[in-house]
Amino acid sequence: MSTGEEPQVSEPTSGEEASLFEELTGVGLEWRTAILVPALAVFSAMVVGAIIIAVTDIDALRLLGTNPGTALAEMWDSIWGAYKWLFLGSMGSLRAVSETLVQATPLILAGLSVAIGFRAGLFNIGAQGQLLVGGMFALFVGFSIHVPVYLHVPLALLAGALGGAIWGAIPGLLKARTGAHEVITTIMMNFIALRLVDYYLKSSWYQAAGRDDPVSKPIEVSAQLPKLFGFLERSDVRAHLGIVVALLAAYGVYWLLFKTTVGYEFRAVGYNPHGAKYAGMSVTWLIVGVMAVAGALAGLAGSDRILGVLHRGTPGFAGTIGFDAITLALLGRSHPWGVVASGLLFGALRAGGQEMQVNTDISLDLILVIQALIVVFIAAPALIRAIYRVKTAREAERLTTGWST
Amino acid sequence: MTAPATVVRSPAEIRRARRLGITYIVLAAFVLWVFGMGSLGEGSATFKLVRPTDRFKDFPDLVLPAAGIAFVIAAALAAFGGIQLTRGFKKLSNVVLAVGFILFIFAFLAWAAAGSSFSLVGMLDESVKRSVPIAMGALAGVMCERVAVINIAIEGMLLGGAFVAAIVGSQFGSFWALVGATMVGVVLAWVLAVLAVRYRVDQIIVGVVINVFVLGLTSFISQRILNQNPHLNNATLLRPIKIPLLGDIPFFGQILFQQNIFVFAMFILVAVMTYSLFHTKWGLRSRAVGEHPKAADTLGVNVYRYRYLNVMMGGAIAGFGGAFYIQGSVGRFDENMTAGKGFVGLAAMIFGRWHPVGAMAAALVFGFADSIQGKLAILKVPIPSEFLLMAPYLATIIVVAGVVGRARPPAADGQPYVKE
Repeated sequence: MSTGEEPQVSEPTSGEEASLFEELTGVGLEWRTAILVPALAVFSAMVVGAIIIAVTDIDALRLLGTNPGTALAEMWDSIWGAYKWLFLGSMGSLRAVSETLVQATPLILAGLSVAIGFRAGLFNIGAQGQLLVGGMFALFVGFSIHVPVYLHVPLALLAGALGGAIWGAIPGLLKARTGAHEVITTIMMNFIALRLVDYYLKSSWYQAAGRDDPVSKPIEVSAQLPKLFGFLERSDVRAHLGIVVALLAAYGVYWLLFKTTVGYEFRAVGYNPHGAKYAGMSVTWLIVGVMAVAGALAGLAGSDRILGVLHRGTPGFAGTIGFDAITLALLGRSHPWGVVASGLLFGALRAGGQEMQVNTDISLDLILVIQALIVVFIAAPALIRAIYRVKTAREAERLTTGWST
Repeated sequence: MTAPATVVRSPAEIRRARRLGITYIVLAAFVLWVFGMGSLGEGSATFKLVRPTDRFKDFPDLVLPAAGIAFVIAAALAAFGGIQLTRGFKKLSNVVLAVGFILFIFAFLAWAAAGSSFSLVGMLDESVKRSVPIAMGALAGVMCERVAVINIAIEGMLLGGAFVAAIVGSQFGSFWALVGATMVGVVLAWVLAVLAVRYRVDQIIVGVVINVFVLGLTSFISQRILNQNPHLNNATLLRPIKIPLLGDIPFFGQILFQQNIFVFAMFILVAVMTYSLFHTKWGLRSRAVGEHPKAADTLGVNVYRYRYLNVMMGGAIAGFGGAFYIQGSVGRFDENMTAGKGFVGLAAMIFGRWHPVGAMAAALVFGFADSIQGKLAILKVPIPSEFLLMAPYLATIIVVAGVVGRARPPAADGQPYVKE
């Protein structure tokens, strides 16, 4: 971490000697806080999820008065069935692990986008819009040029990052130059991006020949992200190179934030914009820079959906990844490795949840509830402390700042 | 006459004033070229001001030459720009901006409706209705942020209110539906307050989590229970109430005085909140808690109690606003039916500078933007519909960036208070 001659904008961590964990991750945490609390949080969230499954089983509830034994057995069956498929669908086979990776990849990339914003004191609600624009850029390069795969994939990814960066830099520029709040402008940019996608997918530039609905031309095979397990020749194992891109991006963000002067300045702006300004940093360009990088990361997430999974563009290609990314960044405490870990967790929940939805009558929405609960338990260590009587950090962390940065 | 002859303005204010002036001129040129020249020879635009069912249904239509009206409006906007650049409007600046905005929209409508007829009353009526949940969300936000608690959870509160209103309304009728929706808002707000005020968890985290939780739980229950039991999701709508005499006024009566209770509640809430926040002891103390909690505490104001109570009142407003989707609009719950309107409400709150009247005005603009999409499809405007749909969002960005500028939230916004 940069210190010494640098201006006095200190990190909000304790001044104790750095542990190996701290060295590796850049956050000062005990093992308890780093491992035990998240594990207990996941466990608690699953327990609450089980209770929700039980009390929404209305057939069993009706039996509860007359035949409590059968009713409880039925409830247990529902819970067991749901969690069994949740596990099998996310880790039970090669295909399941592959699905977890496929789901996790864009979540990690978009989560990094939101996290880097938080680090700089900016609330990037606009990851969804940046995802859409980035995806459309990557899509266009994907079907319009004809080059070998080793050029096509990088070019398409680069285009996606560029599209996202442009879409992210606009709110950054507006904030820096005019003070327009990024929460408003990024929400508006999301809506605009949504309409642009609708328009372009029906325009002659994008629309597949002979289609009336908004579906784009398919991308060239050379632009598809190569399959990781292609040698197995199994079409159901979809894991692709995107996860490698996501991990590289996470390392890149880590390096940028914690090992470079620019990253130091990003964090300084987030920690105390006035301090940063008086220390001679150009707050204007730092804000634009942060938002451009955040946008680029979200753009990569959108490109991953197009180049890795769908191979063509449809109006819903981004799903709700940009919004899930906010929860995810919070869970990962806005740290790149935290984002990777929570991205994998959310990816596993989503992959398993889809399997659960197919095989039981429990809908995928249960996953959202579990995700929310996990974050609550982690964000409020006092709750975990009260339930399990373990020692945790005394104070809840503060990751975000108010409107007035 | 003690006021100084020249008011000292900061460079930023001067820049903003100049930018506003230039914006007027650009808009004037746009109106002149696109709307004015574009509707030359297109004939007149006919605006219907009453409905066939109204008492004064023979009230004449407003018939205007489309090109002529565009030229007049372009001239007015150019004049605004000129005055803005030379001596400024001083205190009237915001009023003039609002007038300029309305004139521009009017020029647009005249151009779109040139040669045909168009129900102005219908569109404005729709605008007011669509602005209700946005305004309720914005007012809830004002309530919380005036005591320095950031409430991102408005979206979740609206959705939770709608969900409970649908189920309770199907079983026990509209009155209890409104009570239930309000209560669920209060409960969610209480959770926010406990975590944010007592446990001092980051307020934005709590808000995001409540949103995700409510979205997940309502969608889950909707799929698991409501889909198989449609009788649990079939609430009755609240009919519009016509206020005697006032409701018969042509045009305005239709828009303002023949509405369901949600619209009236919105107007009443804005009035009550404005009065209470700025003219009562409670309001002064609330604002003190938001601006400088330590000072308020020193003077004997119970900071925690004010934060708890106001946040819960905000929750009540948002929950009640959520019921609009059921009792005031469609009668049945759909997954994620609020579709981000809570966030638009948040934007309206910032846009309206944390003031109830400003928040409602901003909500009306968004409501108008929402309602315009359905109507313009009928008029065959030579612009792809997607671009029309994005226009209000674009306009918001331009207004927020160019005119509103650096809005100032309550000074302690988002910061937990630790009593020493």
